[in-house]
Amino acid sequence: MIPTEGLHKAFESRVRLGIMSALAVNEMLDFNSLKEYLDITDGNLASHIKALEKEQFIGVEKSFIGKKPNTRYFMTSAGKKAFKSHLDALEKFLESNRKY
Amino acid sequence: MKEEKDYIRDITEIRSMMERSSKFRLLSGWAGITAGLLALLGAFFAYYVLDFNPGGELQISGIIPLNSQVVKVLLLATIVLVSAFSTALYFSYRKATERGEKIWTPITRRLLTSMFIPMVTGGVLIFALLLNGLIGLAAPMTLVFYGLGLFAAGSHTLAEVRFLGLVEIVLGLAAIFMVEYSLYIWAAGFGLAHIIYGIYIYIKYEK
Repeated sequence: MIPTEGLHKAFESRVRLGIMSALAVNEMLDFNSLKEYLDITDGNLASHIKALEKEQFIGVEKSFIGKKPNTRYFMTSAGKKAFKSHLDALEKFLESNRKY
Repeated sequence: MKEEKDYIRDITEIRSMMERSSKFRLLSGWAGITAGLLALLGAFFAYYVLDFNPGGELQISGIIPLNSQVVKVLLLATIVLVSAFSTALYFSYRKATERGEKIWTPITRRLLTSMFIPMVTGGVLIFALLLNGLIGLAAPMTLVFYGLGLFAAGSHTLAEVRFLGLVEIVLGLAAIFMVEYSLYIWAAGFGLAHIIYGIYIYIKYEK
């Protein structure tokens, strides 16, 4: 039995799941930190970030450190809710499967 | 559609990412062992060469002269602290290079901030105590505030650091009530406890 309730399609990609997990335990992370944790290319990460941004699961904050632009990402409350229900669904699914 | 094993892998991945992105994982057991040995060396030197032992002498009156034993011991303590911190940094740096990771990350900054706020507070307090001649309280207080620093830093790294922090706090508080033994307790806290912690970390995570 594969659950669909609560699971979000945006989190089917493991990279996106990784971005959300990292942002769940960090208030804010910049692009380079995310890149380092996930060990993927700039382009790949940027496209996944864009997808999550489009869902309004993550927000962007642009600022400057001296003259260097610094882009940081954070999880929106919609993102927190979706991520939590995704985790709950995963948990429930694995629990119900254990009974068989 | 994903299968069960995919979801299990998802969960493993989530857990590992949360851990990786929120904990400082570059602590080496060797850092603990070296810090412990340096502290023991420092305590021996203070006791035998500088003939320092607070021996129940909680307070001395008047202004401390600049060339006094207290100032020398203070200098020695600073040397021990700086060299222990530098070796810890060196071992972390080596670990980071081995793993191809960066050492200066938001986690490192959080770890150091949590650690240094209690430690700097303690440093200022100890300085004020010394100025007032309360030399007997200095060694116990270093244990207490170092312990508080470790306890706070422990939430950003291995759980063992938190436990080591508690041990230092308890030893420091005990030393306040037994000032005559405070140098021995100091040696136990900074020396022995560090070495045991370091060996434990080495065996558990690095061997």
